[in-house]
Parts: sequence; structure tokens; C-alpha cells
Amino acid sequence: MSILTAACTFALYAAVVVLVAGLARKIVQYARTPAPLKIPTTPAPVTRTGVAGRLAREVVLFESLFKASKWTWLFGWVFHAALLVVLVGHLRYFTEPVWLPAALVQGIAPYAGIAMLAGLAGLWARRFLVDRVRYISAPSDHLMLALLVAIGATGVAMRFGVHTDIVALKAFALGLVRFDWQPIPTDAVLLLHLAFVAALMVLFPFSKLLHAPGLFFSPTRNQADDPRERRHVTPWAARVGEPR
Amino acid sequence: MAKPAFETPRIPDFPEIPVIVEGAMAHSRPFVAAPDHQEALGFPGELVDDWHDTAIAKMGEMLGKYRGLRVFLDSCVKCGACTDKCHYFLGTSDPKNMPVARQDLLRKVYRRHFTLAGRLFPKLVGAADLTEEVLEDWYRYFHQCSQCRRCSVFCPYGIDTAEVSMAGREILASIGLGQKYSNEIIGKVHKIGNNLGLPQPALADTLEGLEEDVEDDTGVSVRFPLDEAGAEVLLVTPSADFFAEPHVDGLIGYGKVFHQAGIRWTLSTKASEAANFGLFIGSYENMRKVARRIREAALELGVKRIVFGECGHAWRVAYSFLHTLAGPFDFLDPRYPVPQHIIEVTHDLIRRDALTLDRSANDERRITFHDSCNVARASRMGDTPGGQFTLPREVLRAVCNHFFDMAPDTTGESTFCCGGGGGLLTDDLVELRVKGALPRMQAFKEVVERNQVTHIAAICAICKSQFAKVLPYYGFEMDQILSVHQLVGDAIVLGGND
Repeated sequence: MSILTAACTFALYAAVVVLVAGLARKIVQYARTPAPLKIPTTPAPVTRTGVAGRLAREVVLFESLFKASKWTWLFGWVFHAALLVVLVGHLRYFTEPVWLPAALVQGIAPYAGIAMLAGLAGLWARRFLVDRVRYISAPSDHLMLALLVAIGATGVAMRFGVHTDIVALKAFALGLVRFDWQPIPTDAVLLLHLAFVAALMVLFPFSKLLHAPGLFFSPTRNQADDPRERRHVTPWAARVGEPR
Repeated sequence: MAKPAFETPRIPDFPEIPVIVEGAMAHSRPFVAAPDHQEALGFPGELVDDWHDTAIAKMGEMLGKYRGLRVFLDSCVKCGACTDKCHYFLGTSDPKNMPVARQDLLRKVYRRHFTLAGRLFPKLVGAADLTEEVLEDWYRYFHQCSQCRRCSVFCPYGIDTAEVSMAGREILASIGLGQKYSNEIIGKVHKIGNNLGLPQPALADTLEGLEEDVEDDTGVSVRFPLDEAGAEVLLVTPSADFFAEPHVDGLIGYGKVFHQAGIRWTLSTKASEAANFGLFIGSYENMRKVARRIREAALELGVKRIVFGECGHAWRVAYSFLHTLAGPFDFLDPRYPVPQHIIEVTHDLIRRDALTLDRSANDERRITFHDSCNVARASRMGDTPGGQFTLPREVLRAVCNHFFDMAPDTTGESTFCCGGGGGLLTDDLVELRVKGALPRMQAFKEVVERNQVTHIAAICAICKSQFAKVLPYYGFEMDQILSVHQLVGDAIVLGGND
């Protein structure tokens, strides 16, 4: 095995470990932290089923963002939806025979890559053009967009221009999954693409990308509006005022 | 009145999103609580020597106690969805009044002390140390949020700035920087039973006066009982209802409703206040202590139901938190929700045709309705989501002939705060209050011009006081604000069923 293959193999495994362990740590932390009071933003569903529906609409349609700003919604939704298509499409590198959904999106995945870049461009433009958004943007907000654009751009470049050895790449990817390591194609664009993706995975649990698990734990969205029907108590709150 | 040292905003023809003006409200800060008022609530009397470490430790403690706070501080992606949603931003142009920027005052310190990225690369991720300057910003801008939750409606992750500003205020109080207005009032509630510090004899006297007034006006003897054991209903209402205009006309309305429905009711000295300012300062302990008075009063008087008068944040604490803070209420009549809103009581009576109403009594008035923020976005009425919007309107339509809603993006869940909620209803913040009322005044002006509306009705003591104060700044009259139950009271035909 070449040093390059060994390094890439190790880096990608390490990135996956950081991503999974880091996310698990945050999810456990969120789940263990009590929510002492009922604070759903009302009108809110009165049943758990209703809450599942509300969360589903937030995840799939970005319902609240749609109410807030049609432009941000458009760019944000297009980016996320396109990213999903692209991710599903990428599963063809990791499955043999190719997983059906990955095969199904194969025709549109390249264009989804372009749509993803368009969405990102819109989101990034707002950070420069809207004075309010410019004011709240930190360097990391720009860098996160830069990283995503870099991932998308290198990916689209490989699809439409500087092709890589797709057969060798698939062997490398399957090797990762099967712990039967294979040499990585040595195209610079591919190596950059993978390096950016690894960086994104490492950053995920330590950055604002935590909005993904965060939404599911957000009490204003995940609580049912039933405080008169069900008494809500958490251990620390119940102990307040009791003799110690 | 001394000439104000600020300019009242001009109401534009159409709602406008202002261009940001940094530092526009940096001079706005409420008076700090005196040592006595701090210590009475269990806080240090003045700024403690090791305030930095104490504040960070307090933040750590709260992150472990409130999932919302932890999730909200982690999740924001700075998308900007909330930036044009806060009435204080729209009225002042100060960028630190954009919800995300207000949260960032706390978030940047959170990132510095509680996240890896902020510890390693503070500049890159917008993390910052808690300097004296940042502390001063906390005090200023966490007291420029009325905890109205409008931003939380529009945030894709439901981040609620109210939770953040409450946490900020609790940290401030716990290092000795409490707010005078809220803490002084909470002290009065603990000591006397209501926000105004009205003792039992004064209360009894006031209610007796009301009985005489109503009898003079109507010829019917409507009772306003106090501390009457064995009554069916304990009415808990904001203490402003006992004397302030237009609040007291609402209290008269409640009395007439109970009278006509034949419901035996009572007020209580111990629970002579519906408001719970513990919410405003984010203190669970104080909120609980204030809420327990209501349970104790209900037990002592042996009532079967608890009904709340017209009050916004009070109804949030009552509806959403009372069970948690002071439950269980298994000693009350299980056929009624605990607690009930007076609007729910009146609405139910109207639906059952138990009240005789003469709409024409309100024909001189053309009414619009202000959805109070905490009723709209932090509570409910009736059985179905959104009942907090439909029930008051159905009551209004039953008691007056001329009702007109304001623009849809300023009502319902999108309602604008009156500008005085969340512990800001104090004269040391009058500039903020006037400017924060701009979006509501804009919507009001529109129905005044379009539908010749004469009055705005509300179901919140803070909204009523705030509007009475700010309406004149915008060229309206202070008496254009009414209690919903004033309109009910005027339309009720008394007698006939007793």
C-alpha cells in the first residue's frame, strides 16, 4: 500500500470516528439535559403525533424559515435538498450491487451538485449584500460556506471536466467499507475533494452544523402543547423549595 | 411630563426594515436593583468581586439545567431569518436588538468557555471573553427584549431569544446586577401578595367602592368579594385591575359575568396578583414561590376552580407552568381545566346562551384586537391549537357590532408585542417602550384609516398600561385602549336571572 493510500485511508476513518463519536456525545448531552418547563411555541400540536408532524415539516419543508424569509428559504432549501440527492447518489461508491435509491438518482445527481452550488452562492451572497446578515456573520460562517462550495466545486469538476478513475475509486471506497484496503486514485482534484469532506466531518460536531441534531431537541418545536392535561416535572425542578 | 430626550419614530406608510445603526440604543439601561431588593430574592446585594468566575459558573449550571438554552446556543447558523422580526430592532435600528445578535452576546461567551472551537480559535468563531464591556452589553440588551417570542416563530430551529435573555438576566442577578423594576415588584409579591403592595384593607376598600359604582351605574348589586371561603371560583387577576384605567373596567366586566352566570367567586389577598415576574428574571425559584401562593389561596378558600383575569405573561405562567410549579391540583373540580382564562369562562357562557348581551351598547366604538404576545405564542385557550386567537375574537364579535382585525402579519402568531412586556414596563425605559411600539402603532394606524377603528382592545395588563402610555406619542389618545371585558361588561344586560 502506498503512503498516500495509507494516509487517506487513515484520515477518512479518523474523520468518521470524530463525526460519529462527536455527534453521539452531543446527542447524549442534549438528551440528558432536562427541559424543566413546557415552552412550545404556540399554536403547537397537542399530541405527540402532531409534534412528529411539526418536526417533519421543519425537517423536510423548512416551515418556519418559509414564514420568515422566502429568499433564505429558497437558497437554504435548494442547497439542503440537493445535498441530500448528492449524498444518496454517492452511496453507489459504497454499495455493490448499487443500492436502488443511489441508482435511481444517478441521472439527476450531477445537476443536484450544481443546484447545491447555486443555493450556497445565494446564501453566501446574503452575507455580503444584506446589512443585517453581514453584521451577524463571523469568519467561521464564511469559511463554512467556502468549505461547502469547495466540496461541491471539486465534485462537479470531476463529473463534468477533470474525470477521475471511477472504477478504482469505487474499489477504494468499497475497500474502506469492507476493511480490505485498495489503492486510491491519485488525481489532485479527487484528493482535495476527499480532504474537504473529511474536514467537514471533523468540524460537524464542533460547529453550527449541530443545528441538525439540535432541531430534534429544540423544546419550542418538540414539545406537545398539553400542560393543563399532563403535569410536566423534571427531577431538579421538583426538588426546588424542598427541605435539603 | 418632562420633554422626552428622544424622537418618536415617524410611522411610515408601509412597514419598513431599517438600515442598522450601531449603538443606537447603547444608552438604554434600566436602573439596577438596590441591595435590599436583591437580597430579598436571594441574590447578592451588589456586583460581587469575582463576578467573572461567578457568572461563568452560573452559566455552566444553567446549561446543565435547561436543555433549551444548550440547544439554542449550539444550533444557530446565523441565517438571518430573525433579524427583521423584533419590534425593538424595527423601532430602534440597533443591530444588537436583532434576536440573533442579542443571543450572540451570550453565545460568544458560551463559545469561549464551553466549546472546543471557541477555546482554540475564539476570533474565528466569534467567541469572546466576558469583559466589563460585554457585561454592560448584557445588562443593556437583555433588558431590551420583552420575551415576546416572535423571533422563535420564524427561527428554523425554534430558537427562543426569550430563553436566552431570561438566562442572561438570571446570571446578571446572581452576580449582583438585578433589575430594579422587576426585583422590587417580586419582593412586594412575596411580602404582601401583589405587585402594587396593596394591603388587604386597601383592597377591600377598593372593591367596596367598585360595588357602589356599579350599583350607581346599573341599579344592580354586583358583588366583588374578597377572601370568601367556600366560593366556587378563585379569580386571580393582575393587581392593575384594582385601580388603573382601563384595567378596572375589565374587572367590573368579570364581576358582571360571574353575577349573571350565578357563579360564586372570590378574589384573594394572598393571591391578589396574577402576574409572575419570576418569569421575567428567569428565576425558577422565584417563579415557583410566586406561583405557590395561588395554590395556597385556593386550598385555604376551598374553591373548586381557578380562573385568571386578563394578563399576558401571567397567563403563560398559569397555563404552561402552573401545574409544574404548584401542582398537582387534584383538589379542584376535574370537570374544568386548571387554570381557566376568564375569556374561556365568558366564551363558554356565551356559547351556552347563558348571558343576555346587547351589542348595540358598544355601537359608538369600532374595535380592533391586539393579540398579546405571551397569550399568542406561549399559551392556548380552549381545546384546539389557536383557540387563543379565536376565542377572544368570538367574544368580541358577540359583544360589539364593529370589529376589524389588523393586518395578518401583525396578528395571531405573528403579533407584535406592545413594547412594554417582559419586565420593561418602567419609566426608566420609556424611550425603548415608545420605539418598540412602532410596529403595533403602524398596524393600528392602518385600521384606523381603513376601517375608522376607534379603540384597541387587549387582554393583558402590561399591554393596557403600555398603550395608555405610548398611544399619545403617536398622535392617538391614551383612552383608545380598552379591556376586552370592559366591552363585555358594557354589553351585558344585568338582572333577569337572579
